[in-house]
Amino acid sequence: MNWLLDLTPDEWNAVRLSIKVATVAMLFSLPPGIAIALLLARGKFWGKTLLNGVVHLPLILPPVVTGYLLLLTFGRRGPAGAFLAEHFGIVFSFRWTGAALACGIMGFPLMVRAIRLSIEAVDRKMEAAAGTLGANPLFVFATITLPLILPGLIAGSILSFAKAMGEFGATITFVSNIPNETQTLPSAIYTFTQVPGGDDGALRLTLISIVISMAALVASEVLARRVGRRMDIE
Amino acid sequence: MSVLVDISHRLGEFAIDARFESAGRLTALFGPSGSGKTTLINMIAGLIRPDKGRIAVDGRVLVDTSAGIFVPKHKRRIGMVFQDARLFPHMSVAGNLRYGRWFAPAAERYANMDAVVDLLGIGHLLDRRPAKLSGGEKQRVAIGRALLASPKLLLMDEPLASLDDARKAEILPYIERLRDETKLPIVYVSHSVAEVARLASDVVVMAQGKVAASGPTGAIMQRLDLLPAEERGEGGAVLDTKVLRHDEAFGMSVLGSAAGEIRVPRLAISVGAPVRIRIRARDVMVATEQPTGLSALNILPGIIVAVSPGEGPTVEVGIDCNGATVLARITEQSRHALSLQLGSKVFAVVKTVSFDRANTAAGLPAEAHG
Repeated sequence: MNWLLDLTPDEWNAVRLSIKVATVAMLFSLPPGIAIALLLARGKFWGKTLLNGVVHLPLILPPVVTGYLLLLTFGRRGPAGAFLAEHFGIVFSFRWTGAALACGIMGFPLMVRAIRLSIEAVDRKMEAAAGTLGANPLFVFATITLPLILPGLIAGSILSFAKAMGEFGATITFVSNIPNETQTLPSAIYTFTQVPGGDDGALRLTLISIVISMAALVASEVLARRVGRRMDIE
Repeated sequence: MSVLVDISHRLGEFAIDARFESAGRLTALFGPSGSGKTTLINMIAGLIRPDKGRIAVDGRVLVDTSAGIFVPKHKRRIGMVFQDARLFPHMSVAGNLRYGRWFAPAAERYANMDAVVDLLGIGHLLDRRPAKLSGGEKQRVAIGRALLASPKLLLMDEPLASLDDARKAEILPYIERLRDETKLPIVYVSHSVAEVARLASDVVVMAQGKVAASGPTGAIMQRLDLLPAEERGEGGAVLDTKVLRHDEAFGMSVLGSAAGEIRVPRLAISVGAPVRIRIRARDVMVATEQPTGLSALNILPGIIVAVSPGEGPTVEVGIDCNGATVLARITEQSRHALSLQLGSKVFAVVKTVSFDRANTAAGLPAEAHG
């Protein structure tokens, strides 16, 4: 046990950083995830298939390609990166924020899929009933639709979090592997495997990865069950 | 209070072209399934946008396609009770009831939580989840939820259709109380003659997307030809009567009607209260002389005012009993044997036991027809 928890400061930082990056990636993906899922589930517009394709790109492209595209657009000299740095002071390249961006984008299709499925399962007659009671569409969404898709939101969030915990290719391509800044768990494990005598560290971090991912999965199961019981859907 | 609907609409092969106006307390939209009545009510609620036409409630125009007016559903203040209740599964019964309370402007908020809970008898359900309710309880909560939004008009779309007979009998009295104790006008969709005869002040008959007839319930229910084939046996006269006295010795109540005294099984309402009865045409026998030695207790003298061919070997005979018309369905052979024709003096004979629970109901107060 001591052997497992006896981490070096750099190793601890990698654990903390990974959790931070995954949490931020998940939370910031949620609002656009819901919006895109709504569009795909209910929207009728030209280019819907195209949007669907674009959302799913990170799932089918090699992660390195996604990372490189991020570097081109959000890097210091990329169009989006330069704009954000100049006007908002937000810098992605070689920062932990860049790691969160890469992780968020890699997990985005998984999150959208889960939320979209739950939106499609919502009985729209419930929303119509709320409308006849006097609720405007925004209020109906907040009080009827959102609570009814809560299980989907939880599932999508956990998928996004888990994907972020394991993301490697896009992250290392976009923001490199800088200890204390962009070195997440997978990068740290990779680094250990590249140096002589790094087996112990690699194994320790691997076990910690497994524990965190399992904990997230169990937490989502418990949450989903509690939501399900509260709703008691027939 | 009035509802005006004048629309035409196409749904694929099916065309609706309907116009009616009603000022009744409870207007029934009546017709077989597929006649377009649910589509019509959905248009009044704002859930379907008609291709062409006008809808106005109490003078307020909700839809006028020629003027480009379409008031969205959440601004109409029209309550709707759906066949499938549609309670929100993630809220308790109390949460469901409260949902619509705050949307009406404060000055127009007339519904009171305690009064509605009391009216519908749902006080013991408030903490429960919708999934734990019976079908009848769900429907009562759905009615309460619609009422608490303080609507100006209440629409009910076959609220009893998915319930068994026991559950129907459980809810019907609540709908009667709703009709009689609130000033809220109701439009009620149904394909059941029993429900319409019992509840409606006015009836709009729909057939194949068109209005086949409309008018006061008593007049419409006489027209057996308007009823869908499978409901024909349920058709007959609808009479508004009063309790004259109770006959405790034999467990009966005596009702006073224009046609004379009518004896029915004991009713649990007080003397003087209005009662609406339905006398099914198939339950009425016709005699040419005052019958004697007969078990049937109700013998109403009258004059034949209508004879029309019915289904198969039957004819439908309208008998004017001192101003109230009673319908009888008899065979053509009997009509021939008794040589019944317009103007014949006859006696309409009705057994007391043919008035079961479904055929007697709390009557509408006199001013119910608008």
